[in-house]
Amino acid sequence: MNFSSEIAEPVEVAAHPVLRLSGITKTFPGVRALSGVELALYPGQVTALVGENGAGKSTLVKILTGIYQPDEGRIEVDGTEIRFPTATAASNAGVTAIHQETVLFDDLSVAENIYLGHAPRGRFGLIDWAGMNAGAQDILTRIGARLDPRTPLRDLGIASKHLVAIARALSIEARVVVMDEPTAALSQAEIEELYELVDRLKSDGKAILFISHKFDEIFRIADRYTVFRDGEMVDDGLIADVSENQLVEKMVGRAVDTIFPERHRAVGDEILTVAGYAHPTEFADINFKLRRGEILGFYGLVGAGRSEFMQALFGVTRPSKGAVRIDGKIAVIRSPAQAVARGIVYVPEDRGKQGAITAMPIFQNVTLPSLGRTSRSGFLNLAEEFALARTYSERLDLRAAALDQPVGELSGGNQQKVVIAKWLATRPKVIILDEPTKGIDVGSKAAVHAFMAELAAEGLSVIMVSSEIPEILGMSDRVIVMREGRIAAEFDREGLTPEKLVRAAAGYKESAA
Amino acid sequence: MIPRILKSREAILLGALLALLVLVESRFSGFAAPRNLAAVFNDTSILIILALGQTLVILTRCIDLSVASNLALTGMVTAMLNAAFPGIPVVVLIALAVALGTLLGAFNGILVWKLDIPPIVVTLGTLTIYRGLVFLLSDGSWVNSHEMSAAYKAFPRAVFLGLPVLSWIAVLVIAGFAVAVTRTPLGRAFYAVGGNPHAAVYTGIDVGRTRFAAFTISGALAGLCGYLWVSRYAVAYVDVAGGFELDVVAACVIGGISIAGGMGTVGGAVLGALFLGVIKNALPVAGISPFWQLAISGAAIIIAVAFNARGSRQPGRIILKSAERTA
Amino acid sequence: MSLTDIPTPRHIPDRLSGQGARILRSWELLLFVIAVLIFLANTQASPYFLDPWNLSDATFNFTEKAMVAFAMALLIIAGEIDLSVAGIIALASTAMGWALQFGVGTPGLIFIGLGVGLLCGAFNGVLVTRLGLPSIVVTIGTMSLFRGLSYIVLGDQAFNGYPTDFAWLGRGYVVWVISFELLLFVVLALIYGAVLHFTNFGRHVFTIGNNATAARFSGIRVERVKMILFLLTGLMSGIAAVCLTARLGSTRPSIASAWELEIVTMVVLGGVSILGGSGSILGVVIAALVMGMVTFGLGLLNVPGIVMSIFIGGLLIGVIALPRLFRLLRRGRV
Repeated sequence: MNFSSEIAEPVEVAAHPVLRLSGITKTFPGVRALSGVELALYPGQVTALVGENGAGKSTLVKILTGIYQPDEGRIEVDGTEIRFPTATAASNAGVTAIHQETVLFDDLSVAENIYLGHAPRGRFGLIDWAGMNAGAQDILTRIGARLDPRTPLRDLGIASKHLVAIARALSIEARVVVMDEPTAALSQAEIEELYELVDRLKSDGKAILFISHKFDEIFRIADRYTVFRDGEMVDDGLIADVSENQLVEKMVGRAVDTIFPERHRAVGDEILTVAGYAHPTEFADINFKLRRGEILGFYGLVGAGRSEFMQALFGVTRPSKGAVRIDGKIAVIRSPAQAVARGIVYVPEDRGKQGAITAMPIFQNVTLPSLGRTSRSGFLNLAEEFALARTYSERLDLRAAALDQPVGELSGGNQQKVVIAKWLATRPKVIILDEPTKGIDVGSKAAVHAFMAELAAEGLSVIMVSSEIPEILGMSDRVIVMREGRIAAEFDREGLTPEKLVRAAAGYKESAA
Repeated sequence: MIPRILKSREAILLGALLALLVLVESRFSGFAAPRNLAAVFNDTSILIILALGQTLVILTRCIDLSVASNLALTGMVTAMLNAAFPGIPVVVLIALAVALGTLLGAFNGILVWKLDIPPIVVTLGTLTIYRGLVFLLSDGSWVNSHEMSAAYKAFPRAVFLGLPVLSWIAVLVIAGFAVAVTRTPLGRAFYAVGGNPHAAVYTGIDVGRTRFAAFTISGALAGLCGYLWVSRYAVAYVDVAGGFELDVVAACVIGGISIAGGMGTVGGAVLGALFLGVIKNALPVAGISPFWQLAISGAAIIIAVAFNARGSRQPGRIILKSAERTA
Repeated sequence: MSLTDIPTPRHIPDRLSGQGARILRSWELLLFVIAVLIFLANTQASPYFLDPWNLSDATFNFTEKAMVAFAMALLIIAGEIDLSVAGIIALASTAMGWALQFGVGTPGLIFIGLGVGLLCGAFNGVLVTRLGLPSIVVTIGTMSLFRGLSYIVLGDQAFNGYPTDFAWLGRGYVVWVISFELLLFVVLALIYGAVLHFTNFGRHVFTIGNNATAARFSGIRVERVKMILFLLTGLMSGIAAVCLTARLGSTRPSIASAWELEIVTMVVLGGVSILGGSGSILGVVIAALVMGMVTFGLGLLNVPGIVMSIFIGGLLIGVIALPRLFRLLRRGRV
């Protein structure tokens, strides 16, 4: 990006970026999260950051707020290089973030959540609660939030918690506010309020980095855009100069159907029927059918209730209503053990916490649910275990030094292969894959996709939860879109476009554009 | 709608405490007389002070089982110094006790902070080590009342404005804690670290350092109590306050200090300690063998932790709009 | 090292090479060397040490604690802990003494001892697995409760007069210098070793300790496994109560006081991770031998018991702290 060309832009008042990142690179074991990223944020302007999941947005937020340190690159505030070794350093420099998952304190009051770490002090340097409550009230009023500063945060809904986070950003006199998908869990009315708030912040001269998947809101509030793809900044510019389709193209970066395997749609009999599944707070009215050899995609925004529903289907949580039939017979599923016994298995999104047991060797991970088959009267049979693990590891083209290597030493993609191998070894009827390729390298991604197609061709039924539009379009026979815990739409693969998906997921019917 | 204050744990506990007093008073008149209540408070002072130190530790999701051994060791050191050099002023001895206690607490804290060893392991270990050191120091012998100077013994008993100094110290510690915990950044950091360690990092609070501070303060108070205990009972020996760490933890748990961290108040800890103190003093009045006390503490811990766990179960995230409105 | 860069061998070998080096670096081997050194030191400390009967006597220092330690090892590997074991021993022993007053014979006493142990274990297990309470706090509570019940029954009294055939369980010899307790210790070590290392159940225990959520997501009935482990720990405490009561010939409420600490120390010294997920019964067996011999050796030198407890407390912290300290120092240098 050329600095002088920015001044030449006729549109906006401010010419000097408050914050400028250049050449930011960050690697984790096995993954290069960011490489050579450039970003400039201007006062009084909203910059939209768009990119698919895993494009490096979250890592960038953590670098901006002092949680991660970049391996290479410069951070400049007002043209002077600066470092953010701690969260405090970042907030002292006037950079603050409103995170996707609110990182606040449920046990503390609204006022204290706003002022923790920089509370007003009174006599003897003691915290001035009256002053703090008054200050909090003041800020809350300023942003139009009708909240009592003395309320414990625990009692607030997610939308109100976001307002508290925004109030916190204002209380530290932040000049740069990062908003990480702030509308992901808000209702339409709440979103409108948030937009007004963003406008107010803009007119106060704050520089705002707005991360979002929703194109309507990007075009509603952003002045500039920056597109990230696979950890790199691929494009930036003025919102006025792009169309929605161009932005989607830049974000996805490749023609949608080229990298996906050929699929021959060969659907068989109905194998799974879900009727009226509901949960008190997480999802309601889930009805669908799944056929043998079918890949059914579940699309939706983060927090739409897809994983919550899948975990209920797998017996991790209990639904309040609803019934499941497998091969026409009612199946009661109260625990994962029962789900596995009925032939339903689940590859979770959170691989490290719910999928792989990273400290244990590959073969033990693979045989875990199949020990009943490999053992004799409860005693382990290592030869049988190695044989079973080998069969499935080699089928999935696992790259490992040995089968007794701890899973934690493998790359993300290979860890995912171990988790999939674990479930295939149980010879399931239905496999649920929750964000199967999130955070894994391109090569492993292709391998997982190819294998998914192969499994379906062999007659296994696949439910694939994914937030990546190309993956949904490239792999699914049918797509169900969820929004706010309910099924918003169901599409056949034929004639399905990214726009239709995005609109159904974001919940608006027809576009004016 | 019931005002929030009436639903708080402290209010429930205060109600239970009053009910207990009424029950005892109805059977044995005179127990709830001001003079006797003051005596019960005085008798519970040390438990209150230790429970407050423990509160900080538990707030940060840790536990300190070494407090009673710390108390025994510092108590023995002051008693032996007093016996050997009766000329040392009591103030100096108290300062020494606090300093030594701080050191012992800091040792726990540094192991938890820098080496990341689970607090339960650290303090189970130092529980035996500190107790063993009492034996090494004293060679297993006692320091008896007649070996202690009059000033040494008199200090906690001296009456000032109608209450013994021991009670006044407890009052001061309570007041100090009430202010420090609610109105200093460190005090609030204890809550932040235990409530959401992940978010504490985002707020710029150092989790390890805050835990270290909690252990150090707990140790300092245990040191102070070392002198108070030994001078009040006018005897020092290896098994002083043996098993008292459990009473301290019990007082906290009964007082609603959540073992999962981040929740609890100074008032709760004080009430929890008083609850145990009233039971302990009421048992002999009611003609029940003091041997019941251990089982009652144990049962109280279990009931309190089960009761507290009920209220703090985390719900899943609310996705349905209809559910959010009713929630 | 990134494994994705290695050209793929289609065939993945079962095991990595260098198994020998792994054994050489193992915690068990280090412990074994320590045990041998202490053994040699003891032979120097007293000429009577090598006497077979003396050595046999020395085993009583650890057999009862080690029995409980085996079950505790499984519990800690699964990520839980039971601090009430000594309380269970006291209560089980008190129950046996109480039954003795009604003329219950040896088989009945054994039944009562084991039964009380199981009941106490079930109580802990229900509180932890059904109500979802943290095991540390629950068992700190039940440790007071169980021992407190003994105090309520006994006060400052004691139960005496156990029958002779009952006493054999604590003092009897099976053949030559091999006591019944030693034999029981060996048998239980073999059983627990087999269960932990060679059965599906053992594999589940390790899995739960490494990642209870992933274990549940893999179809393991986590709560049931934990419940069984609490029951086993209670049962082993009951067995230890029978042996200890038989050996002492009397029950006081202070019986086995502070044993929970020694048992946890034995488990951790044996290489079981206090955070769960790893450990071996062999390690616990060697740790039991080390602690038993240290106690016996210091006894030969007339060092009082409380000093040994300093040593044990130091050992507990030291074995965990030293490796971490070295890691910290090494990182500091880099």
